Amino acid sequence: MSSVDVVVTGLGATTPLGGDVASTWDAMLAGRSGVGPLTQEWAGPLPVRIAAQLAVEPSEIIERVKLRRLDRAEAMAVISAREAWADSGLADAGVDQDRLAVSFGTGIGGVITTLEQNEILQSSGPRRVSPHTVPMLMPNGPAAHIGLELGARAGVRAMASACATGAEAVALGLDLIRAGRADVVVAGSTEAVVHPLPIAGFASMRAMSTRNDEPERASRPWDANRDGFVLGEGAGTIILERADHAAARGARVYARLAGAGITSDGYDIVQPDPECAGGIRAMRTAIRDAGLTGADIHHVNAHATSTPAGDMGEIKGIRAAIGGHPIVTSTKSMSGHLLGAAGALESIATILAIRDGIIPPTINLDDPDERLDLDVAAHKARTADIQAALNNSFGFGGHNVALIFTRA
Amino acid sequence: MATRAEITSGLAEILEEVAGVNPDDVAEEKSFTDDLDVDSLSMVEVVVAAEEKFGVKIPDNEVQNLKTVGDAVTYIEANH
Repeated sequence: MSSVDVVVTGLGATTPLGGDVASTWDAMLAGRSGVGPLTQEWAGPLPVRIAAQLAVEPSEIIERVKLRRLDRAEAMAVISAREAWADSGLADAGVDQDRLAVSFGTGIGGVITTLEQNEILQSSGPRRVSPHTVPMLMPNGPAAHIGLELGARAGVRAMASACATGAEAVALGLDLIRAGRADVVVAGSTEAVVHPLPIAGFASMRAMSTRNDEPERASRPWDANRDGFVLGEGAGTIILERADHAAARGARVYARLAGAGITSDGYDIVQPDPECAGGIRAMRTAIRDAGLTGADIHHVNAHATSTPAGDMGEIKGIRAAIGGHPIVTSTKSMSGHLLGAAGALESIATILAIRDGIIPPTINLDDPDERLDLDVAAHKARTADIQAALNNSFGFGGHNVALIFTRA
Repeated sequence: MATRAEITSGLAEILEEVAGVNPDDVAEEKSFTDDLDVDSLSMVEVVVAAEEKFGVKIPDNEVQNLKTVGDAVTYIEANH
């Protein structure tokens, strides 16, 4: 347990459920799905023709000339970071820029730019390739653009750990503040890969739901009839701040980031360990790091993506690492799977669940898998007095990250 | 053959599109970098768009000589 307390003082998001945190949270509590049909012409031949696309297009927020120099993932990152920054009050309070860091990742990077510019290269030749291509496709681009906007000079770090990226970026933020390397860290992640190539790739792995006729019912973690994840896009930002720094400026505090645990499976490049051994170690490490025991954890925002292979292992893991008592949910049932951004969005949901005393539902859990032996907030949001909650994120490559948030 | 005014107005359209420059600010004496805030990457876009629009070839070693809008107009007028 560290002597330095780290708190959350700002939140920002743009997601399939809303263009900001408030609308996203309202949609989650109402149990709304952000999944819809892919109506783009390119979707026609794909086996998967559904996705959870942004509720508000970046072009409605970001000025046109700036937007043409940003990959979609970068634009989303900037939108969520602006909201979080304004929400934190740091713009007015002022911050020592030499003590302001960014820890912001993406699972895949600027793939839409890469593919679009490749089309230009093939059709019109190299001279027509945009001079903005490289800063748009580089995976540190989102972090760098946020750092540039906010004038962060204590380092701009870019995480990449597939679907654990967002959580790992938050965990790194905790480390940076505890180690005394920053007072404030803008943490989070972004993902924008609603494009035929990534979809075809995931679909070839047989990882995605093909419930094309019922988009809103396609993401159904732990349901017996789940058939894969639904791709989502979006970004989330969490402002982490040293607790005494926040207190000194009278900041509004959402929750405490009390601990983190990061492990790797050493099992398979994409298959989850069915025993969730790495996930269990991550959860136990995070709980210990927070100075808590499993009994203290009242709620888990699970990674559960709606794949036949992944969902049940995590249930075993939660039972082993925490016990049978926490109320569990998977907000991916509504948002879809934001890949690298999932850990950021789900951290936000976990933080707001603590603040508001309400757990967003897992929709579509109509016929629970017979092995589901934990209490899931199925169908409807559940009120609960939550002192401490855990957010799990697991990624291709065998990355496991657990974060613990506690009431401020 | 386009007139100088037509080329200037064509450049103004390009500058608005790629760099957000107000067309009213575009005049022959204006410097791309100092007056119109066109950075080096955007200048590359302006050049490529101008090549396409006016059917000219503007080699990279020529671009450094195009300091003002007027320089570009003169080059395009002479080479298209």
